[in-house]
Amino acid sequence: MRALSIKLWRDLWLQKGQAAAIAAVIGAGVMILVLGATSLAAVRDSQQRFYQDYHFADVFVDLKRAPDHVAERLRAITGVQQVEARVQAPVRLEVEGFDDPVRGLLVSIPDGRQPLVNRLHLREGSLPEPGRADQVLLNEPFAEAHGLRAGDRLKAIINGRLETLSVSGIALSPEFIYQVGPADILPDYERFGVLWMNRRALARAYDMDGAFNHVGLTLQAGAQPQAVIGAVDAALARYGGIGAHDRDDQTSHFFVTENQQRMGVLATVLPVIFLGVAAFLINVLMGRIIRTQRQQIAVLKAFGYGNAEVAGHYLAYAGLIALLGSAFGIALGAWAAGWLAGIYAEYFRFPTWQFRLEPRVLALGIGVAAGAALIGAWRAVARALAEQPAEAMRPPMPESFRRGWLERSHLDRLIDQPTRIILRNLGRHRFKASMSALGIGLSCGLVLLGSYQFGSVNHMMDIQYGKVLLMDVHASFTDPTPARAVAELNALPGVVLVEAYRAVPVRLRVGSREHRTSLRGLEPTPRLNQLLDAAYRPQTLPDDGLAMTRWLAEDLGLRPGDLVEIEVMEGHRRVLDVPLVQLVDEPFGAGAYMERRALNRLLREGPAISGVWLLTDRALEAELFDRLWEHPRVASIGLIAQAEQNIRDYLNETFLGFMGILLLLAATVAFAVVYNNARIAFAERERELASLRVLGYTRAEVAWILIGEMVVLVALAIPIGWLVGTGLAWAANRAMASEMFRLPFVLSPGIYAFSALAVIVAAAASVWLIGRRLNRLDMVSALKTE
Amino acid sequence: MASEATTGRAVFEATGLTKVYHMGEVAIHALRGVDLELHAGELVVMLGASGSGKSTLLNIMGGLDVATEGRLRYRDQELSGASESALTRFRREHVGFVFQFYNLIPSLTARENVAIATDIASNPMRPAEALDLVGLGERMDHFPSQLSGGEQQRVAIARAIAKRPMVLMCDEPTGALDSETGIRVLEVIEHINRELDTTTAIITHNEVIGQMADRVIRLSDGKVSDIQVNEHRRAPSELAW
Repeated sequence: MRALSIKLWRDLWLQKGQAAAIAAVIGAGVMILVLGATSLAAVRDSQQRFYQDYHFADVFVDLKRAPDHVAERLRAITGVQQVEARVQAPVRLEVEGFDDPVRGLLVSIPDGRQPLVNRLHLREGSLPEPGRADQVLLNEPFAEAHGLRAGDRLKAIINGRLETLSVSGIALSPEFIYQVGPADILPDYERFGVLWMNRRALARAYDMDGAFNHVGLTLQAGAQPQAVIGAVDAALARYGGIGAHDRDDQTSHFFVTENQQRMGVLATVLPVIFLGVAAFLINVLMGRIIRTQRQQIAVLKAFGYGNAEVAGHYLAYAGLIALLGSAFGIALGAWAAGWLAGIYAEYFRFPTWQFRLEPRVLALGIGVAAGAALIGAWRAVARALAEQPAEAMRPPMPESFRRGWLERSHLDRLIDQPTRIILRNLGRHRFKASMSALGIGLSCGLVLLGSYQFGSVNHMMDIQYGKVLLMDVHASFTDPTPARAVAELNALPGVVLVEAYRAVPVRLRVGSREHRTSLRGLEPTPRLNQLLDAAYRPQTLPDDGLAMTRWLAEDLGLRPGDLVEIEVMEGHRRVLDVPLVQLVDEPFGAGAYMERRALNRLLREGPAISGVWLLTDRALEAELFDRLWEHPRVASIGLIAQAEQNIRDYLNETFLGFMGILLLLAATVAFAVVYNNARIAFAERERELASLRVLGYTRAEVAWILIGEMVVLVALAIPIGWLVGTGLAWAANRAMASEMFRLPFVLSPGIYAFSALAVIVAAAASVWLIGRRLNRLDMVSALKTE
Repeated sequence: MASEATTGRAVFEATGLTKVYHMGEVAIHALRGVDLELHAGELVVMLGASGSGKSTLLNIMGGLDVATEGRLRYRDQELSGASESALTRFRREHVGFVFQFYNLIPSLTARENVAIATDIASNPMRPAEALDLVGLGERMDHFPSQLSGGEQQRVAIARAIAKRPMVLMCDEPTGALDSETGIRVLEVIEHINRELDTTTAIITHNEVIGQMADRVIRLSDGKVSDIQVNEHRRAPSELAW
């Protein structure tokens, strides 16, 4: 090995503590990058493969009922490739040994064969035999949740009749990668399942012989989805079509895609932050190495080493740290990606997971780390190159110090020499000191960013389930139902309070922006589903006009007073302009609201309702559910407490798991930054400190010079960190806001205290580690010339 | 031998060399027009007080620094006005340096410190051979911190001569050593000069060392004030201070 390479390794070994700390920060950035990119690629590839191989539809539409020949008309629309018309219906299921209400969606498939679009991936068993009315395929997660296998049985109340169904097989569908019940945002595999049944049998059970109520279409390459959607809507308007939509509004696709977006944000923003900190640390470390090696650089130059070799030597030093960090990050990222894939596999059901560590991602990880190292090292290396070999042979001039304001003031008499040294050092190296404070501040900010989410998530859940959704049970009806049903339901056992709502699918349009959602008509002062204002106080709905979630209004670019075009996708399918009159602050979803009677008027109907929210007496719930299910109009029953639990589980598993990792990494960075700082301060002062020891200063007095400087820097850094962290948290909060949920931007004093504490602990640990070196300070050798 | 050396081919020819440093607002005239020739194989000692310009002259002749004005030729090569990379090449191929404070790289052993120079030379000795020449064959694998001052300086000399340079520039090579150790170091330098026929320039403020030179060049106030030719070089072992 060449002598210069040997020097490289020995130097690296000498600085192993600092190098390792920096490598850990680089590792953190690379880990998140690899984790994010790998998971993203895995979801994207698995999704694309599933979509392609199983002919996932491009356009979807629900309708009331259309005769089969109408499907032929759809097939003739320009741009349409395949059409699969089917029957689907909500169903109530009973699984032996499971008492809670179980909802299902029964979906038809052509007798004895796979559908043309949204084909099924059979996990076990087979398609129902042609002509059999009692066989169904189960969606895999539902089957797993209840331990159902091919050949097992379950019961279903199909159009009022209790039927026993036999499981012919277990399947997955590109339509239900993310399988959630209607109006849910998270899967509950025990309480909601998808079942596929022969078309003829299902049609007969629901009086849909020779007709269909759902269509999936695939498009030819290059076809315009919007044009096709328009044509489909026109063709199905008279059959009760509620408006075709593309994949963006398909529930499963929406969630899978939104998750990818969120992961994409994390996988970009966080590595930038970490690698930025790493570049900063490398800059500080390389600056110091090159300062202390001035003489060595001069020798190399004197012996004829060129600029390229000298630069190469020091860049290689930074490069090795980057390489070490990225190796560490890649290993950790691959491990974490495996862990995350396990969690994803629970929520996203693909036939196969295309999970692999792509060379592209590895190259990106190493490349980005090396880039950060290069940026960090460049300034210091440039300084090494600027050294004239002859100039560098002379020892550096004593730094020039000036009397500052402190010395001129009366305070001066109060401070001792060591404190004076601290203050002069900080004052002399203002740039370096502010960079150090900034570095420590950054790490403090990262800790704040990592920890604030925990409080916010809880706060969000408390708002949603403590202030917005106050009902115990949600029951939706198959069809709009006269409002007098409320009295009927009120009389059921265990019902404490009933509140009815009307919901209708709409398209909201403002200029070129459009959003599909459900417009809900509520009581003027809803008690069980409250509409909060910005201060989270319940609001009363105005008699007329539209209220909507603030997120949705911002998404559509609306302010109160603006007109919104509402296209009702049901009944008379009216299109009218309604002013936005109120904004609603709610953390989940993107809803639009009106006073219920106003909505009825808008729909030109009598006092109809779509479902009810119930406040119940828990003791009588079982009996209540039985009675509810007997109600001919009830399509589904949902338990709010269960939904809350599902969401909390989901957030704990995925979101907070990720944030936990981030917090751990932030703590690593905090320690790395503070330790590096202290270590460099020590190395630069070693001779000065030894001199003071020689002059008779005690260890404690000498230690104070280091500790005091650290105290000043940390004291400066904490407010910077709070500021930076608040900014980062705000930016992350904005970047992560999605239709699914928005975290409230709440920063409690506890979060600030915690982030400051993290830095103080890191500083104390660093001081302790360096204190051991201080004890070994060699007074004689430290004073030797060279 | 002395007469041969003084009449030998000129290796360095300096004419009117001037060097001005700017330290803040003050201009320091380190050299004020130096005319000088160094000849192939000769050993010269440059004497002068601190600030006389001797180090500056050595640095410029060694290609570590450039003159503000004047001309400097090394054999057929013009060094005045040479580019940074040309100077680097010149140092790499022709010059060996010995410094007052040795300037060994602390993280490398004696052998590796020599290898720093041989790694980039075209026809070097083996590091072990160079260390044998300075009498340190036994201590090759010691780190600088495990060697005495004299030993460190001998490693530095081995490092300087291992590439078989045409020129050896020594800046106060004994300045940090006691007289006994200093004389051993001078013996090594003298030995190299004789064995390898390396043109050698030693800077010192110790008059006694002048006695081992072919010529003694005195500098004061940035100028050559006197050149003294020794009829006979004395062996370092005969010197004492």
